Amino acid sequence: MSRVNSITSRRKGSLAERAAGACLAVSIVGTVGLGATYWLGGQPQLEGGFLFLALAGIGVGVVTWGKYLVPQGPYVQDRPEMKSPEPEVAAMNASLERGISQISRRRFLLRLLGGSVGVFAVVNLFPFLRSLGPLPQKSLFVTNWKKGSKLVTASGRIVTVSDLEVGGVLTVFPQGFESAPSNAIDQVVLVRAASYDLVTRPGRETWGPQGYLAFSKVCTHAGCPVGLYQELTQQLLCPCHQSLFDVLTGATPVFGPAPRPLPQLPLYVDAEGALRSQSGFDEPIGPGFWERGA
Amino acid sequence: MSSLEERAVQAAGFADERLGVAKFTRKSLNKIFPDHWSFMLGEIALYSFVVLIFTGIFLTFFFVPSTQQVIYHGSYAPLRGQRMSEAYASTLNISFNVRAGLVMRQIHHWAADVFIAAIVVHLLRIFFTGAFRRPRELNWMIGTLLLILAIVNGFIGYSLPDDLISGTGIRIAFSILLSIPVVGSYLAFFIFGSNFPGTSIIPRFYILHVLILPAIIAALIGAHLAIMWHQKHTQYPGPGRTERNVVGIPFWPAYALQAGGFFFITAAVLAALGGLVQINPIWLYGPYVPYKVSYAVQPDWYMGWLDGALRLMPSWETVFGPTIGGHMIPNVFFPAVLLPGITFGLIFAWPWIERAFTRDRSEHNLCDRPRERPIRTSVGVGVVVFYVVLFLASATDVLANTFETSLNLVLWTLRILLFVLPILSGFVTYLLVKEIEHLPAVGTPKAGVEIRRTIEGNFELSGLGREAAGEKAAELPEEVAYHQRTTNGHAEIYDAPELGLGERAVPVEGGLS
Ligand code: HEM
Ligand code: FES
Repeated sequence: MSRVNSITSRRKGSLAERAAGACLAVSIVGTVGLGATYWLGGQPQLEGGFLFLALAGIGVGVVTWGKYLVPQGPYVQDRPEMKSPEPEVAAMNASLERGISQISRRRFLLRLLGGSVGVFAVVNLFPFLRSLGPLPQKSLFVTNWKKGSKLVTASGRIVTVSDLEVGGVLTVFPQGFESAPSNAIDQVVLVRAASYDLVTRPGRETWGPQGYLAFSKVCTHAGCPVGLYQELTQQLLCPCHQSLFDVLTGATPVFGPAPRPLPQLPLYVDAEGALRSQSGFDEPIGPGFWERGA
Repeated sequence: MSSLEERAVQAAGFADERLGVAKFTRKSLNKIFPDHWSFMLGEIALYSFVVLIFTGIFLTFFFVPSTQQVIYHGSYAPLRGQRMSEAYASTLNISFNVRAGLVMRQIHHWAADVFIAAIVVHLLRIFFTGAFRRPRELNWMIGTLLLILAIVNGFIGYSLPDDLISGTGIRIAFSILLSIPVVGSYLAFFIFGSNFPGTSIIPRFYILHVLILPAIIAALIGAHLAIMWHQKHTQYPGPGRTERNVVGIPFWPAYALQAGGFFFITAAVLAALGGLVQINPIWLYGPYVPYKVSYAVQPDWYMGWLDGALRLMPSWETVFGPTIGGHMIPNVFFPAVLLPGITFGLIFAWPWIERAFTRDRSEHNLCDRPRERPIRTSVGVGVVVFYVVLFLASATDVLANTFETSLNLVLWTLRILLFVLPILSGFVTYLLVKEIEHLPAVGTPKAGVEIRRTIEGNFELSGLGREAAGEKAAELPEEVAYHQRTTNGHAEIYDAPELGLGERAVPVEGGLS
């Protein structure tokens, strides 16, 4: 190493050494600050700031050390090909083949081994999977809405025909099922779209007494609650992916990715003026699934 | 008292007598690492993962993975008296009552976002430089798996607090599972333990999040690093660099210090983010209630492309099969199952896809410069643009508000851009790449030049350590100068040569800075 170079590098070195030292000192200050903040009850911004100083001090200090105070080369190293030399490969193959030929001589045993492991896997895997949860069976096709279910609010209050003004909206449940977890499936959005009986579609002549329309609140796209009623356009909006459902035509989707109308719940008003369902939904609610069919 | 060297040698001797590690350790310490800023991307991912583990362990001491409903009596006044799950209540507790809890939570969340971002950018660097080619296909596939697992674990962690937004995310996840043909409803019921929502999903997500997935991720990271170590880094082409050598800094001590220090720098940045930049203020969203919905339903950034795909998908649904009681392939299947399936499938298989075209089966240790591979580069740019458009589409409502136009216009614009922009940007990239391909000297490393004023008042050129070499190397970039010297036999052999070609490290006399 020539003298000139060692002098310049020494000068650079002492500078780097001082910088690294300063960083490490800053780190100590930061850690002490962190400890003090913590001791005194904690404060998120200060904790973050001091933690930053504590870590960055060590980090910058050590990187400076590694970059300016130890030899950097560049050095060169040979890089042999990954592939082993031919004789090594041949020896490996020979060993492999020897073992396989020793095993495969017992054809029958080999098959039996395959069979036993396979049976073990199948017989154990399926019960395991099965105990993770129940079979879906019909549960995706039904809700707790029955013939005559009273509409109640989340707090269980019975909804009567005088509860909503025209333009009003309410989330309702079948009485007795207003809490978790069934409320996730049974949730219905009740809209009063007019003051007179409404027919959204042929065949639904009696479903909308005095302008009350009830739809499953579970979006037919990906299941979010269709939470927003836009009174002006009489549309329901699902905020997840902006599907819009037209209330007056039976919640048919008019915009966005939702592929099907929200199922409508047929309503009637009983003698006490309470709103009730004529029956359950006539189709599965919510997003699609394989067994659903049309 | 013995010196540091003596004690280290003693410890190494202790290990060697019992484990015979001398050869491996020597090789490792003398290992040469090529140096380039883009090699730090993977390191950022690694260090973020370490930060995730540390902060995550802290969170496990206070988080209660239960959907048991409780009435909140804690110190956050606006939510007092509300019904909520223990999971949500304990996250409030971490945020407001546990000392340093909020910082830890926020660092954890930031680290997750940075972790996945670093993985993605790291993957892009591997892609555009062709570093996935033989012999590195295995690490490419492990990396793809890591990306998938990181996204899944991020989503699951995001779901744990059981707030209104993350709960809505879980609802969508259930619907996506449900949409898988044939097995969908079984899968959804087995994972959730019942129809949605049930009471099992938070505890199950918890054990997946804190144990099972991190363990798999850690094991894969281990394999990833071991393979990288064994195969050695790729390096960028340059004078003196060949397919059969590695040029760079030694592992011990230069690289070890730099990498170790860089861990602390990464952690420091995450700490600053976690302390100073609010993320996921779940107390503003409220607890999850299945029939309530929040306006700003926006997932973490790495889920954005899926959310965008869900929004852009037309409202098609496939019904088929015998008469009316046939089968359905639901709408969300295409954007949320098929699209990610194809995405990760293509990423996974890319080394073989490219090989099918190039028929190049040879080993590559020198990185491509993106402009040397116009087709790969333009395909890559096009694909990235495709996902950027999907990502933008996750904000259709925000875009419509910002530009004061209709949602419909935004939707159709993005639908068209989704197909036009990738093709266009790929094409433009191709033209640009072809253009600069022929420019001389683009990308050639420039040699640093110093101009000095001498005592006599003249100006003189000097370069990096050139006087030191005592030769007229002034016009040569440093690696050339270095290369000539090594091949001239001036170099000192750094390591015992009789131990085989693979382990020689040759320092350059006079060390170039
Ligand atoms: C693959 C790496 C990981 C990723 C991407 C990740 C991501 C996340 C995210 C985004 C959250 C939500 C935080 C919030 O805003 O509340 C979270 C929560 C949580 N994570 Fe992780 N995490 C990872 C590893 C771990 C590990 C290794 C542990 C523990 C050993 C852990 C423990 C927790 C706990 C207990 C919570 C819930 C606490 C809370 O929400 O406040 N995580 N995680
Ligand atoms: S869940 Fe309603 S639009 Fe997607």
